[in-house]
Amino acid sequence: MASSSRPFMRALARSTVRTPKLSACEPLDITDIPPTPITHLSETEALMKDQVSKFASEVILPKSREMDEAEKMDPEIIEQCFEQGLMGIEIPEEYGGAGMNFTAAIVAIEELARVDPSVSVMTDVHNTLVNTAILKYGSEKTKKDWLPQLATNTIGSFCLSEPISGSDAFALKTRATKQPDGSYLLSGSKMWITNSLEAGFFLVFANLDPSAGYKGISAFLLPRDTPGFAIAKKEKKLGIKASSTCVITLDDVHLPASALLGREGEGYKYAIGLLNEGRIGIAAQMTGLALGAWENAARYVWNDRRQFGKLVGEFQGMQHQLAQAYTEIQAARGLVYNAARKKEAGEEFVADAAMAKLFSSQVAGRVSGSAIEWMGGMGFVREGLAEKYWRDSKIGAIYEGTSNIQLTTIAKLLQKEYTG
Amino acid sequence: MSGLRILVPVKRVIDYAVKPRVNKSQTAIETTGVKHSLNPFDELSIEEAIRLRERALPVSDILALSAGPAKSADVLRTAMAMGADRSIHVQVDTEKEGDLEPLTVAKLLAKVVAEEDRNVVILGKQSIDDDAHQTGQMLAGLLGWSQATQASKVEVEKEGSTVTVKREVDGGTETLRAKLPIVITTDLRLNEPRYASLPNIMKAKKKPMIKKTMEDYGIDIKRRFKTVKVVEPAPRQGGGKVEDVDGMIGKLKELGAL
Repeated sequence: MASSSRPFMRALARSTVRTPKLSACEPLDITDIPPTPITHLSETEALMKDQVSKFASEVILPKSREMDEAEKMDPEIIEQCFEQGLMGIEIPEEYGGAGMNFTAAIVAIEELARVDPSVSVMTDVHNTLVNTAILKYGSEKTKKDWLPQLATNTIGSFCLSEPISGSDAFALKTRATKQPDGSYLLSGSKMWITNSLEAGFFLVFANLDPSAGYKGISAFLLPRDTPGFAIAKKEKKLGIKASSTCVITLDDVHLPASALLGREGEGYKYAIGLLNEGRIGIAAQMTGLALGAWENAARYVWNDRRQFGKLVGEFQGMQHQLAQAYTEIQAARGLVYNAARKKEAGEEFVADAAMAKLFSSQVAGRVSGSAIEWMGGMGFVREGLAEKYWRDSKIGAIYEGTSNIQLTTIAKLLQKEYTG
Repeated sequence: MSGLRILVPVKRVIDYAVKPRVNKSQTAIETTGVKHSLNPFDELSIEEAIRLRERALPVSDILALSAGPAKSADVLRTAMAMGADRSIHVQVDTEKEGDLEPLTVAKLLAKVVAEEDRNVVILGKQSIDDDAHQTGQMLAGLLGWSQATQASKVEVEKEGSTVTVKREVDGGTETLRAKLPIVITTDLRLNEPRYASLPNIMKAKKKPMIKKTMEDYGIDIKRRFKTVKVVEPAPRQGGGKVEDVDGMIGKLKELGAL
């Protein structure tokens, strides 16, 4: 079993972009802390990793294949994720959450993905996008209204993408109109909405003032039972099939003034901020997936499968491939953990997050693809999980910013740094 | 203090999923660079103690204890994250001193029972490293308490003075009834231990862990046994396949079994 204490490639974790600007959240002062291996975990993080890993392999794993075939998240798994505190990782104790740090969330997402990337993305979107949105931008009342529910029984969904706006997210067409009494009417449709089938809470981005362009975008809190809200269609997907992805329609949805998150016209800022952090979550999902796929294949070739009188994992051609793949996974993990710790320390992390997501999704695709070949026929059949890991990996290069968008972000920041 | 005052001794052992390997000098099992975790039988003990409390029995305190190297603090943290109220870490340099023998541990526990005024000790029937299966029995002997070993079910009367324990024995189940105080050792089918939830892991950070030494309790850790040699079991000879029933009968006759 691989653990975080394994050697890693530190050099790759160093970003070339470094600006002293601090982000809005409360930073940890790490100036006096001697450098430690980037994958070193605190006692609490390590204990949590251990417990989540056990929960994932003993409770989720036996249902993983079945949920994938049924294209449905088992409600019992959702309930157990809430019970374990996996849905309120960073929510403070006073609101019923665990009150852990950002890296703890990253570690949990990674451990879940090592076993089931669908369950992992459910917790990832819920924690890093929805919970964080309310923690960072919500009023005290909003926090009191929603955080206890989000921590214990209500799944959250992040509704930004639309049929016509994906990578160009701020071209969104969903309209919000302010009523004379200060309330809002929302109309439009949303697409590719993760968790939407199971969610009880939706964070919806809509434009309040299209004449102001993206500066009209505002964020609204929408409970599922609001009249005018409907799930139009559930997508049938290649991978992460147990995680629901739906089209949502908003037909004159009436929301009170208190449903506005933060301030009018600041929705685009919130979305950018959240997605910058969220990418580290997706990156963790991808490194967890890669590790899970690698371990699944490694166990098979080093314990079970014999050809020409020896274990196939004993052939040098196989050994070198396994070593190469594991090295790439560790390099990706270095990027992910470094981005997470930089975020936690209040350092600039946008390029790091983009690099972590770009690279880890590439590694996940490569490793899970090779793992099928290492396992031969047993990798190709739907009896085991090898083919599932590979299908699940494809989404990594698409959601929360495609690989090309990550490259554009990285290049833009680099160019700024290197322009005279 | 009234009610049940429970002591749950726990041990940090090589993880059950790791294949143990004998070290080069053939003196012990290789422990460096190997994943360790809480002894599975001890997980059952903690779980049972918490369940007694959850059944609204008068449990006033659940104390976890571990005697071992600095890293043993990890298993105590796990025990407290699961639900133990506090813990004592008796620091022992097992690297230098070797693993503690069951009698040494039993003597230590007897001291702790007296100092901490315990009336129930729930401990794993064995630890999966040396599989000695002795500590609980020795402890009951030293204390002169009732003992119920290999428990598969534990029931305590509401008033909390009589304990009924079902234990799996050859050919059936034996039911024992005893008055407090009592030593109970846990067996696999007693319960299914919970996973520590994230909020409880955070809460465990605030629970007290007291550091002690064996000298504090006046226990001599000198080993009475000397390990002569540790060897891996001889590899099993692979079986053969027979074509049909006649083949099998022939084979059995050949081996003198028929």
